[in-house]
Amino acid sequence: MAATTTDQTVDFGQAEAVLQELGEVAPGDLIPLLQRIQNAYGYLPREVLMEVGQRTGIPVSRMYGVATFYEQFHLEPRGRHTVRVCRGTACHVRGAPDVLAAVEQALGIGEGESTEDLRYTLETVACLGTCFLAPVMMVDNDYHGKLNLSRIPKILDKYE
Amino acid sequence: MAEPTPIRSAADLAALRNRLAGEFGRFGKRILICSTGCRALGAADLGAAFREKVSEAGLTDEVAVVETGCHGLCAMAPVIVIEPADIVYGGVKVKDVAEIVERTVRGNEVIDRLCYEKDAAFAHLSSIPFYRHQVKQVLRRCGRLDPKRIDEAIARGAYTGAAKAVTEMTPEQIIQEVTEARLRGRGGAGFPTGMKWTFCRQSSGDDKYLICNADEGDPGAFMDRALLEGDPHSVLEGMIVAARAIGTNHGFVYVRAEYPIAVEHINRAVADARKYGLLGEGILGTDMSFDIEVREGAGAFVCGEETALIASLEGHRGMPRPRPPFPAVSGYDAKPTDINNVETFANVPLIIENGAAEYASRGTEKSKGTKIFALAGKVNNTGLVEVPMGTTLRQIVHDVGGGVPAGRTFKAAQTGGPSGGCVPAEHLDMPIDYDSLREVGAIMGSGGLIVMDDRTCMVDIARYFLSFVQQESCGKCSPCRVGTRKMLDILNRICEGDGRPGDAEELERIGNTILRSGMCGLGLTAPNPVLSTIRFFRDEYDAHINEKRCPACVCEALITGYCIDPETCIGCGNCIKACPADAIVGKKKEPHQIKPEVCIRCGACFAVCPTSAVLKESKGLEAKATAV
Repeated sequence: MAATTTDQTVDFGQAEAVLQELGEVAPGDLIPLLQRIQNAYGYLPREVLMEVGQRTGIPVSRMYGVATFYEQFHLEPRGRHTVRVCRGTACHVRGAPDVLAAVEQALGIGEGESTEDLRYTLETVACLGTCFLAPVMMVDNDYHGKLNLSRIPKILDKYE
Repeated sequence: MAEPTPIRSAADLAALRNRLAGEFGRFGKRILICSTGCRALGAADLGAAFREKVSEAGLTDEVAVVETGCHGLCAMAPVIVIEPADIVYGGVKVKDVAEIVERTVRGNEVIDRLCYEKDAAFAHLSSIPFYRHQVKQVLRRCGRLDPKRIDEAIARGAYTGAAKAVTEMTPEQIIQEVTEARLRGRGGAGFPTGMKWTFCRQSSGDDKYLICNADEGDPGAFMDRALLEGDPHSVLEGMIVAARAIGTNHGFVYVRAEYPIAVEHINRAVADARKYGLLGEGILGTDMSFDIEVREGAGAFVCGEETALIASLEGHRGMPRPRPPFPAVSGYDAKPTDINNVETFANVPLIIENGAAEYASRGTEKSKGTKIFALAGKVNNTGLVEVPMGTTLRQIVHDVGGGVPAGRTFKAAQTGGPSGGCVPAEHLDMPIDYDSLREVGAIMGSGGLIVMDDRTCMVDIARYFLSFVQQESCGKCSPCRVGTRKMLDILNRICEGDGRPGDAEELERIGNTILRSGMCGLGLTAPNPVLSTIRFFRDEYDAHINEKRCPACVCEALITGYCIDPETCIGCGNCIKACPADAIVGKKKEPHQIKPEVCIRCGACFAVCPTSAVLKESKGLEAKATAV
């Protein structure tokens, strides 16, 4: 059920704006550059990276290396809503594995995948730093803490 | 508000502080609302609600409403504190606001149901055991001011230490003071900060860098998050002092992107400090120049390791490199670089302001000052805790933390996250410092302290941490890349019920090899959680391996059935509907029962129970594990 890359043509305008804003790009600025591009597009579209490589002189291979190393970067389009199940220690001892299983069941996808209608992307996160809410998950910027398994489908349903 | 004029001298700063202290101190009462961690439970709307009600009551001139950082008692979130009496209310909702303003703010009356334990005896901060046993030094301003207003921080003494260091002290005197205070790195390893600064100062070359490591990645740790969110100026102040000591113009704060509020607050703090001339050219009218750039991490645990962090700042994959050369000699851009942790920097102003002797009066012989812990897991008062070094684990877990939830027993406390180990009940009375923890096979780490009770499976915990480091291993050195994979394979099979005799010994053998041969801090400590649980909880490993039984009823493959706790079952019938095997019987509103001979152990009932009354069993053991 995972979404596949779509080959629609991507508008370069937003990347243009990012490059304008950053001015001269030194190789050391690669991570902030990728972060801004991803903020604009929601992921790192291949065509955009190729073009940015041309303009900045940073090899696309290096961008690919960096983008695949860090969790934050995505090379595929993402769901409209990101569900992040916390796997921190406090959450783990309070049942995070059961929470993840319940979310996977409710959405019909596994960790790292997006639903076919691109409504949800499911991720786990090492720790959200809100251990007092354990077990906790985040949907977009909302925290849902002290979770009870039976509440999970209802919470997810709220995000259209 | 007019654009602030740059502060040109220490006397300027003192004058400004006096003026601002008057301005901020003019309120008879202040309502302090945690608007950082507590936002997760709806604190974001409380500020506006309080302002509205205070205004309606005509009290705007007497009562200040302040959105602050963390008050510490996160278990009660959202938490507010009302000064001057320091009344603590928890679980505050927008619908409570009118009543609080009317009865407590205006009427000086305590509202029982919002107090700790819903008991008016615990209405005041000093009456709550959680606070009584703490010593707030580094966190002295956290929760007492609006972290987005530099003026309020200055009014409460921020940058006094920096002014002293920049205008009155030589770099050598600063380093001397920090060395005498015996401050040790709060990031985990406990390396003496003064020594680190000395190395960096003595390195040749004019171009040097200073980095604040705010890539707090240990699962279960949120001290640095709280500091950056609640009092970012204390961190900046420490950085200015350090910059003066080592002689650098460039600083970075490398902060975890998963902490959006921390990112916002530190960026705001840097911008405001610049406006006052506390960062930039000619700081406080001297010839010192120092500025800070905030960089967001991109989600890689290994970047908390200093050489990996530098690689990441340089725009590379965040992979560590062997040391030496240490960053103090060759770091960012191959220039001498000093890296300290957030909490370390936040300690520095205390030392400069009050002197090394005063600072070193707290703590143990070799670990001075206080330590902030993030207390979480199976403990009543989860939250942010600051205690002097040398406080015992029992004091932290029982006195401050209020012990484990009712009916359960304390099994162990885990410190140091994936690099640390478990401290079992038999060491509860050990004074905690860097050295004592190391002796029992744990480490201080950055301050995550996870409490575990009898329902926590220690083999599962070891597997949990190992799967974490295995995933986060960058793959550069084979001991870590291959070794952690091999250890994880063994732990997986033990938890799956396929453990073999000798597995525990094999884990120890591989673990000790990694300890000797890993390249960076991640690999060199990765086996610790496994080795420490084998050392203290060998019986649990043996139960898994030899009897195929999980004593805590956690390991899924070793669960032999489910039962229903008649005490907590409300007879709602959800499980009856969910059960595909029709194995559950019971009348509405009466406790239900599972027929073991029909049950197919699918766990459907476990998932739908609204009161967590369905319990797991492992080999006829008394059912212990409950749903979340």
